Amino acid sequence: MPECRSAARASLAAALMLFCFAPLAGDRMASRTLENGMQVLVQEDRRAPVVVSMVWYRAGSMDEQTGTTGVAHVLEHMMFKGTREVPPGEFSKIVARAGGRDNAFTNRDYTAYFQQLHKSQLSLVFRLEADRMRNLLLGEEEFAKEIRVVMEERRLRTDDQPGSLLYETFMAAAFKAHPYRTPVIGWMPDLQNMTVADAKAWYERWYAPENATLVVVGDLDAQAVFDEAARWFGPIPGRAAVPRKVVEEPPQRGERRVTLRAAADLPQVLVGWHVPVLRDVEQDWESYALWVLSSILGGNDAARLPRALVREQRVAVSAGANYDAVNRGPGLFVLSATAARRDGAAAGEGALRAALQRGAQHGIRPEELARTRAQAIASQVFQQDSMLGRAMQIGTLNNAGLPPDSVEIQVRKLQEVTAEQVQAVARKFFGVDTMTVAVLEPLPSLSQGTGADE
Amino acid sequence: MSSVLVRAMLVWLALSVQAAVAGVAIESWESSRGARVLFVESRALPMLDVSIEFPAGSARDSAAASGIANLALRAMRMGSAASGGVPALSEDEISLGLADVGAQLTPSFDVDRAGYALRTLSGERERVRAIDLLAAIVQRPAFLPEVVAREKARVIAALREAQIKPDTAASRAYARLVYGDHPYGLRASGEIDALERIEPAQLLDFHHRHYGVAAAVVSIIGDISREQAREIAERLTSGLPAGVELPPISSVPSLQQAVQRAIRHDAAQAHVLLGAPGMRRADPDYFALWVGNYILGGGGFNSRLTVQVREKRGLTYSVYSAFAPYQREGAFTIGLQTRRDQADEALRVVRETLSDFVRDGPTESELAGAKQHIIGGFALRIDSNRKILDYLATIGFYRLPLDYLDQFPQRVAALTLEEVRDAFRRRVDPSRMATVVVGGIAP
Repeated sequence: MPECRSAARASLAAALMLFCFAPLAGDRMASRTLENGMQVLVQEDRRAPVVVSMVWYRAGSMDEQTGTTGVAHVLEHMMFKGTREVPPGEFSKIVARAGGRDNAFTNRDYTAYFQQLHKSQLSLVFRLEADRMRNLLLGEEEFAKEIRVVMEERRLRTDDQPGSLLYETFMAAAFKAHPYRTPVIGWMPDLQNMTVADAKAWYERWYAPENATLVVVGDLDAQAVFDEAARWFGPIPGRAAVPRKVVEEPPQRGERRVTLRAAADLPQVLVGWHVPVLRDVEQDWESYALWVLSSILGGNDAARLPRALVREQRVAVSAGANYDAVNRGPGLFVLSATAARRDGAAAGEGALRAALQRGAQHGIRPEELARTRAQAIASQVFQQDSMLGRAMQIGTLNNAGLPPDSVEIQVRKLQEVTAEQVQAVARKFFGVDTMTVAVLEPLPSLSQGTGADE
Repeated sequence: MSSVLVRAMLVWLALSVQAAVAGVAIESWESSRGARVLFVESRALPMLDVSIEFPAGSARDSAAASGIANLALRAMRMGSAASGGVPALSEDEISLGLADVGAQLTPSFDVDRAGYALRTLSGERERVRAIDLLAAIVQRPAFLPEVVAREKARVIAALREAQIKPDTAASRAYARLVYGDHPYGLRASGEIDALERIEPAQLLDFHHRHYGVAAAVVSIIGDISREQAREIAERLTSGLPAGVELPPISSVPSLQQAVQRAIRHDAAQAHVLLGAPGMRRADPDYFALWVGNYILGGGGFNSRLTVQVREKRGLTYSVYSAFAPYQREGAFTIGLQTRRDQADEALRVVRETLSDFVRDGPTESELAGAKQHIIGGFALRIDSNRKILDYLATIGFYRLPLDYLDQFPQRVAALTLEEVRDAFRRRVDPSRMATVVVGGIAP
């Protein structure tokens, strides 16, 4: 789950992630690399006189070390806390006075900053972003306040949310070596022990032109954007890329089960398996087949999981499937359900796994495949209604090492997936020895009122 | 603020925010049976957004049948009845029919309004299929006993889950204090014991009464002609119930004194809500209060509340103030969450910030900044079909003028400092507010 500087953006980012395969029609995307190594990607979109500008740093929680989890996200907060030229708090104020909106978010794979505003204001935000790419102050006093804000964010979005705690527990069990095992927001003790020096080290390691990509979508000529980008970002000195350790998750040899007890009414279940992600958009048919499988299991109200668990067997009040094909790190295929009864966790888990088994044994029906294709084509069109959505898509693909203009290829490859391929991946990846199960066991919570009731 | 760069930027901005925005051309007419239709032709993408809404929100519930409005909307898409030569549709047929053409159906529900928004490709095959399904949903819901029983159980499960959470405890107590017995204070998805008693026949009756054609508002934007829009509006409204004349929703009485409620809870954070009945959608003070609120607590990272509670003191991740303008006076609310031992301090800062703002109003610089943001960024409010659809639905339901989107930046530009201060002084009284704090049990 992405962590954001403001709450409203969380759901937006999550919603955008669901449409990872929607392609861009119309004008072609233009690409340029500045001399200092900074990449610039421009998608013209003339529907309104506005522009979205995003700076993506290829540094997320997966690049963190033990003991300083959460530092990528803390630094994101600190990026609004001032440079020599722009005092703390002024960044957003300047953007707001230019009629703009700005925010930022951190995910496992990246940290991204964005502004949406009238097209006449693009050079202003380039100037501001270029300034904080190299001149961040990182003052002790500002850090001391902001780390408290981040701890409040963790309390709000994780500690008091049993579903988030369960996901955190699940990921920590599914991965043993790969840093996907730690939450983006960071473990609370790590936040309590974090210092401004940790944030500074992170900034110096990752915030440089060769590790950044500028993505612009809007009512502007690509060449004009390149010129403006060169003007503001070009003067930042280049440097050699920081070497990255390749971290791989060793094979899982046996089922893993974890339990979380938290204040809740009904049990929740997550069941996941290690699966491949998309690395080669032309060749990796297994990823496309897994995407189709997740859609057939959970892609609409009458897909296999909601129909079987919610409508027919009534063992769950909700059920779904999730597979993210576009990641820098390893992939997981996750089924989820909220049981219909307090003692229904096992029944929910059984029904989730049985639905997958049926796919492996009996395959899928032609109309299910056709439906998935239709949904992929439609969502490719719908995605283009939002400029921020288009910018997110370009940035996400690029950050994961995929061609940023490869969405059309991906939608075509999805159309080519066969029923046999879906059945083949359903048979191949879902053995019990590579399975992780996390169960939320409900605990009562204490609540009592005083004061005027009426 | 002393830096040369910042000052140079602000001066430059002040000169450059007069960006002109092309208006949105809205066409509007009545369907042959009297439903209101609003349409914007938009040819850039091969897609279509359509919404249909009714005065069937949670304020149409009663204490005895609380939750009926939400349950009716929710179960409406889960099966439609046969009529004339048109066959019945099962819930699977509806869900799969929409998925087969890649269409997306989203319910919308608040105290005033209930309805659905449909997004589909605009090609004839997809468009006709999706519109037919939406028509079946809103015109002939079946409310089969088995489906109703299951959906009641799911809503009740969600209510039980929510009841454990501190934010739910806070918002329920807050609604009781602010709205009293006014229907805006009813829990949107109902009370468990009342829900358990709701029968399918009551849902049918609710649909007949509240989903009447004369009060329906159909909003359309996308890649179709006006003639095609007319056909769609006819298709969606021709088979609607006649409906009944609904009683007007009464005015929300002001609070006569300060009231508070503390609820102990063992969550990590305390949840704090503070407020009172606020303004109506058609309020004469609408723009003054809305722009003032942007400065107080609606404007993201630059608002007074965010600066005082979050940026200066690190007490919260999110603090906001907001008006909820409906047919009647929805609440003006300030909300935040903070570590449970900090609730008193945060509340003190909020009260001071609010009192200062109501007493003195915004500064010249704050009002100028708010205008620059709202007017200079107006294009962002109408830069997608989805956003325009929402405006169409609001304009249609609340009978706002069709040139509302053109008036919007002009009305904001015309506001004076005195108008904003005066509106807040008259309409927001910090000494007569409801305060709820949920939290405070040590682990």
